[in-house]
Amino acid sequence: MRKTTRFGVAATLAVALSATASFAETIKIAFIDPLSGPFASTGSNGLSQFQFAAETLVNAEGGVLDGQMFEVVGFDNKISPKESLIQLQVAIDQGIRFITQGNSSGVANALTDAINKHNRRNPDSQVLFLNYSAVDPALTNDKCNFWHFRFDANADIKMDALTDVIAADESIEKIYIIGQDYSFGKAVSVAANRFLGEKRPDIEIVGDELHPISKVKDFTPYARKIMSSEADAVITGNWGADMVNLGKGILENGFDGPIYTYYAAGSGITAALGEDGKGKIRLISEGQLNPPVSDRAIAYAEAFKAKYPDGNLDQTRITNTIEMLAKAINEAGTATDMVAIATALEGMEHENLWGGKVMMRPQDHQLIQDMHIQVHTDDGIIFDHDNSGFGTVVEYTVTMAAMDSDTTCKMRRP
Amino acid sequence: MDLIFVNLIDGLVTGLLLFILSAGLTLIFSMMGVLNFAHASFYMLGAYFAYSISLYLGFWMGLLIAPVIVGVLGALVERHGLRRVHQYGHVPELIFTFGLALLIEELVQFVWGKNQVPYNAPENLDFVAFSIVGNSIPAYKVFMIFISVGIFLGILYVLTKTRIGMIIQASLNYPKTVEALGHNVPLVFMGVFGVGTALAGVAGVIAGPVLSTFPGMAVVLGSIVFVTIVIGGLGSLGGALVASLIIGWLTTFAKAYNVRMEDILIGLGFEKPQPIWDSAWRDLWTLTSPQIADILPYLLMVLILVFRPYGLFGKRDA
Repeated sequence: MRKTTRFGVAATLAVALSATASFAETIKIAFIDPLSGPFASTGSNGLSQFQFAAETLVNAEGGVLDGQMFEVVGFDNKISPKESLIQLQVAIDQGIRFITQGNSSGVANALTDAINKHNRRNPDSQVLFLNYSAVDPALTNDKCNFWHFRFDANADIKMDALTDVIAADESIEKIYIIGQDYSFGKAVSVAANRFLGEKRPDIEIVGDELHPISKVKDFTPYARKIMSSEADAVITGNWGADMVNLGKGILENGFDGPIYTYYAAGSGITAALGEDGKGKIRLISEGQLNPPVSDRAIAYAEAFKAKYPDGNLDQTRITNTIEMLAKAINEAGTATDMVAIATALEGMEHENLWGGKVMMRPQDHQLIQDMHIQVHTDDGIIFDHDNSGFGTVVEYTVTMAAMDSDTTCKMRRP
Repeated sequence: MDLIFVNLIDGLVTGLLLFILSAGLTLIFSMMGVLNFAHASFYMLGAYFAYSISLYLGFWMGLLIAPVIVGVLGALVERHGLRRVHQYGHVPELIFTFGLALLIEELVQFVWGKNQVPYNAPENLDFVAFSIVGNSIPAYKVFMIFISVGIFLGILYVLTKTRIGMIIQASLNYPKTVEALGHNVPLVFMGVFGVGTALAGVAGVIAGPVLSTFPGMAVVLGSIVFVTIVIGGLGSLGGALVASLIIGWLTTFAKAYNVRMEDILIGLGFEKPQPIWDSAWRDLWTLTSPQIADILPYLLMVLILVFRPYGLFGKRDA
């Protein structure tokens, strides 16, 4: 958002002018994601969760090192890779050394390349890329680099867990795959084909298609096709408005099989799908809100709701991102030496606030964590989404999913 | 075969919705020469106002009241904004409406938040009207068709059969003469702008529950509305209707059937390069119609501009 940028610039100038001593007090994290346009709700929700996590999990505990505080600054990239690179430059020029981004693997691919180049050319102002949500497998395989860390499970890991559930369901004989036409949508389709072929070769894939991302106004024609293909289940990686409209289109058309999704929760999606989606929408994700895993998780979720009554804790991986970064900075004893911090992050094991353990795999910087299949319902919901009374309940868990999975990553370490 | 009928209905719904939006825009453009970039924003306001009203008074009052509020807002914008800018020429007018669109989007986010709001079809229309081989047509869509056709007939009647309509039509082509005859042309402009934006408001009210109500809804529909009026011919109501229906059916059928570029190219006698993933033409060969459905109208617009610059039913030379 222009305002934010301008404020950011003004703030930096003010700080630079007043005193350089106070400059070291805060550790800034640039949050580069859509804060306007069709995906604004997803982006701004993520920003609130980041800011809350930084305040509650780090700043309220006394900060890192000798009391330095975290500050998460939002940069609007309008979901465009080009705009993201500009915002990255703005952030770096402001002296920000930690970049986080999640929405759209297209953007993440552009950022990881740019950051890799920047770090090679500017060893004095290297930056870290904390990817909290972009799940294109390539980012931790062919395109991996030392500066990129992924805190969400990649599309392959998720699909592996998801197809376990599908394979166990004998009633599913035909499956329809639909997704957004970009790297992530394609990755979901490839992974679904591969894993279904391995686990249940008898399942027929009756549809496998991509639609333009954020351009489709009405999903009815797609829903008609899905109905007439007589699919028993649908798999989609859609998110944001594309998920809402696809879900509504399919449900309105009278589809009653399960719809397996990656991101059909929060950001208005849960409220929009409401009663129609009950027991039909399933999603594969990390982090468990219902039933809550611990008193600490309950306290955190309640405090978040108190501060952001309209917000959603729909991206629980954000707490891991913040906590693990804080831990790495403390372990490395520095907030400026990115090589030391990245090395501390490699192989780090961490107690997940949402249950279970997580581990940052050193070979490819992919966080290994529990995967949950959750169902959209209003039964047994303690923490709902969109204040709708509906939320997701964990049905099935895969612990430390895909811990031994292969990676093609050949990381070049500095 | 049965699916064709379902798709015809779906395309009709999309097309008629587009028509309500473009009808107002084409009138405004041909009268005032203003490309109103904020037109889709008024559509969004219609949806949001109707949502807020529906929380207290129900959907039907929203349908009645929201378009009136939007229309009054539109008239005020014309009276106090556009008319002042008008004397400086068309470019400032363009910039004014463009700025207005940005302003309205920010305002909507400020008031209603960035999340999608749960604006749903009324309960007494929340049933399946009929279904064709397992594909259900919701009653709400039938209602949309009727209301759109009703609006078309209404506008047609006002424009061709009433005195006001005659004055509007005359001001379209000969504003100076109409003014010389003693008619208040600025008032006509304000009225047309108000009614045009009110129509956009109606479109928002009835489209909100189907296409979802979120701050990006104006952007998603904004450009396609311009495409519609260019294809139909500027200032032509019939043209706007035909163009809307063409676009509605074109996109629906392109999405519903997997027409593959591969088949077309082979049909044309080209040979598929092997292996395809190493070929420079890979993206072209692997294209399918659902992938490009929503850009087909733009392609159509380019073709129209090349071969018939004044649009399908446009009267003026470009």
